[in-house]
Amino acid sequence: MKKILSHITALSLYNGQAYAAYNLNLPTPATPIALQIYDLHNLILIVCLFIFILVFVFMFYALFKHRKSTGHQAVQFHNNTKLEIVWTIIPFFILIGIAFPTTKTVLAMKNVEHADMNIKATGHQWVWEYEYLGEGVNFISNLSTTQDQINNKVVKGPHYLLEVDKPLVVPTGKKIRILLTSTDVIHSWWLPEFGVKQDAVPGFIHEVWFQVDKPGIYRGQCAELCGIGHGYMPIVVEAMPPEQYTGWLQVQKATLAEAATTGAKIYTLDELKTEGEKVYLSRCAICHQANGLGVAGVFPSLVEGSAFSAAPEVTSPLAKRGFWKDGKIVMGTKNEHLDIVMHGIPGTAMQGIGLQLTDLEVAAVVSYERNSWGNTTGDVVQPAEAAAIRKKGAPS
Amino acid sequence: MTTTALNPHEHTHPAGIMRWLTTTNHKDIGTLYLWFSFAMFLFAGALAMLIRTELFQPGLQFFQPNLFNQLTTMHGLIMIFGAIMPAFVGFANWQIPLMIGAPDMAFPRLNNWSFWLLPMAAMLLLGSFFAPGGAVSGGWTMYPPLYIQGGPGYDMTILAIHIMGLSSIIGSINIITTILNMRAPGITLMKMPMFVWTWLITAFLLVAVMPVLASAVTMLLTDRHFGTHFFDAAGGGDPVMFQHIFWFFGHPEVYIMILPAFGILSTIIPTFARKPLFGYHSMVYATASIAILSFLVWAHHMFAVGMGVAAQLFFMYSTMLIAIPTGVKVFNWIATMWRGSMTFETPMLFSVAVVCLFTIGGFSGLVLAVVPVDIQLQDTYYVVAHFHYVLFSGAAMSIMAGVYYWLPKWTGHMYDERLGQWHFWLTTIAFNVTFFPMHFTGLAGMPRRIPDYALQFADFNVISSIGAFVLGAAQLLFLYTVVKCIRGGKHAGEKPWEGADTLEWTLPSPPPYHTFENPPAIA
Repeated sequence: MKKILSHITALSLYNGQAYAAYNLNLPTPATPIALQIYDLHNLILIVCLFIFILVFVFMFYALFKHRKSTGHQAVQFHNNTKLEIVWTIIPFFILIGIAFPTTKTVLAMKNVEHADMNIKATGHQWVWEYEYLGEGVNFISNLSTTQDQINNKVVKGPHYLLEVDKPLVVPTGKKIRILLTSTDVIHSWWLPEFGVKQDAVPGFIHEVWFQVDKPGIYRGQCAELCGIGHGYMPIVVEAMPPEQYTGWLQVQKATLAEAATTGAKIYTLDELKTEGEKVYLSRCAICHQANGLGVAGVFPSLVEGSAFSAAPEVTSPLAKRGFWKDGKIVMGTKNEHLDIVMHGIPGTAMQGIGLQLTDLEVAAVVSYERNSWGNTTGDVVQPAEAAAIRKKGAPS
Repeated sequence: MTTTALNPHEHTHPAGIMRWLTTTNHKDIGTLYLWFSFAMFLFAGALAMLIRTELFQPGLQFFQPNLFNQLTTMHGLIMIFGAIMPAFVGFANWQIPLMIGAPDMAFPRLNNWSFWLLPMAAMLLLGSFFAPGGAVSGGWTMYPPLYIQGGPGYDMTILAIHIMGLSSIIGSINIITTILNMRAPGITLMKMPMFVWTWLITAFLLVAVMPVLASAVTMLLTDRHFGTHFFDAAGGGDPVMFQHIFWFFGHPEVYIMILPAFGILSTIIPTFARKPLFGYHSMVYATASIAILSFLVWAHHMFAVGMGVAAQLFFMYSTMLIAIPTGVKVFNWIATMWRGSMTFETPMLFSVAVVCLFTIGGFSGLVLAVVPVDIQLQDTYYVVAHFHYVLFSGAAMSIMAGVYYWLPKWTGHMYDERLGQWHFWLTTIAFNVTFFPMHFTGLAGMPRRIPDYALQFADFNVISSIGAFVLGAAQLLFLYTVVKCIRGGKHAGEKPWEGADTLEWTLPSPPPYHTFENPPAIA
């Protein structure tokens, strides 16, 4: 116990405190809307503070002067119509004073017209996907903080939980419209410095906009409880000058074109396992755990022979696909495995994660799962097989 | 047997456990409600201690996210439905008949049933921790589609909510009937004690909105198991529709948890100021207007879901309006204190603190009503700070004030004043240490309902956690003080509070099992 305590203290000294800050207000605004919000908040806070002091000066005066111990006699009055009318009407006018500038800001926030470019952001459990509409560029933005940092095994970096492998890149000085949706549950796309927060609702598309003038990296988080990975789907936006952005966009297009040709290459098991482990840790481990054993009763183990029991909604599709028998996990066929990763299991928490991954990543993660933690199928799954499952579509 | 049954003064009731199972006496049932809510308060408080333990430091130390989400969800559900609401029903049971000079509640057997439904519901709710997959982890607001993904614990929670809703509706009908039909001659509506007024209005709110919640969770249940698509866009439904239905219940629910607290304050403050409540009539009208407005503001919980601009503005203006009647109440309480002859026993200390701290919660409510600012603060720790300022330092601390105020009447003993004041100061200081910094973590950008957080939030979270542990420990002192008072103490006499003027203080302490069998004469 003592050792754990000293361990925790040491960690806190080495990183917790190092980056901690006693910020007392909203973050520094990076867009005109965020600036308006910042000013509005300050205005209301000052109004509230003023009223608070005015009202409670009377209360505290009474608390000290009108007490029995000082010999004060109670004066038996119990209404004063004039006073009551006055203190009903004055707050009304204060509220109108607040409502006026607020309404202007609301109208500005809601005006998504005349955008310079459109990006579709899709929430998945638990990553954001960005698609540059009309450019053919799309990618997934994964949390890049390691599990070891989360589990306190190594020192936490300065942007702990607020860092991704591929940030959303946007040009400065342009009005950017974000079209938001989700494929599973409700998420919320929130960037405090932009003054933007909008829920991503499955089946619906909502629009927000921002225009950022200063190049830089801006960080936010999902703001709507979306399951166990809710704290682990950050939003990182990198704003760069338009020329630099155009260059970045070209590189993206070239990389995507190159990736499209990798389907033909044949990989060794070791290559696949190395790549697969990366994919597994960033996309699968949050539910199925880094050791593959899942969470009892909710998230199935992936280890052959391990015991797993849960509600029939979870176990019966597994049994049907040949992955569960008599309270134990068994290893089903390679194609069923690929299909589950690609299309998910409808009606359960298992999403069609493969649709957000490349063929190589799907093949790698399936190879990894079938040859790790004591699973010894020896199966080597090639990207072409993943491509075939993708082409076939979800089983009806 | 036949002769004793004719004389109500001599009638006997079973002893031991059967007394409590079969009781139809409003005082016994009030006691049951209060103990039930106290137990739930301590349990849900213990869950909060676990939450603060995990949040003490960044990183995952004690609980995995799946369990953490269960802790936050169950903390909310149990505090609302298990602790705060039943506590106020306990006060209603004990006090309403005594304050209006009625012999008992209008429907004593329904009264028994409405209480005994609650332990059943609590067993389902707490038992869900042991269901495969654990208890609900999708937040107390139960938003689909996340709620559709859970295991059998989610169904147990839906059934528990149905049962608790049934209990609330029965209890409310009982309260409305009692107040409207059983007042002693001479107590007109506009002469009722303020506590009775607030409960009358609260009971109407409950009858109006509990069925709405029941319909919302029923739709969740059929979406989960019977192939409907109310909240599933793929089947033509809309997940956001749930939020509209839920908050149409949920906002009046917020006032259900605060109006009886206003009633308690309006009883205690005049007593210890030794002068009548200022602006009784405006107090009644303010309570009624808060209740009516509560049906017109629900979507302010949903400013970030993507409503049209007209809807956002409507709900913003209507929400801001609530500040007016709420302000009137605060002004009235201060005017009641003004030029009084105040003493500061524990009930008064709590009441003064509530007036002050609830106002802070009211101001942060005004900040949140403003759409653009709400966009920044929705679903952050700022909201957590806000609703704990209204629900803990508003509702829960009013309940504590009421407990200290009426314990001498209920038990016949004075509570230990020194321990009561210790409990007050520890609670008030620790509460502020816990929740005031959450305004700052929220402003700085920390979302709520996360098990782990970025490093810039670390310092304030340490402070919040330390405050929370003291706050939790202080409630054990509360338990000790209450038990000590029940077991003995200075004899309270009929009227231990000099300034009290409601009917219950004309009775001996503790009051006999049956009171006001003949209506009291009202001067």
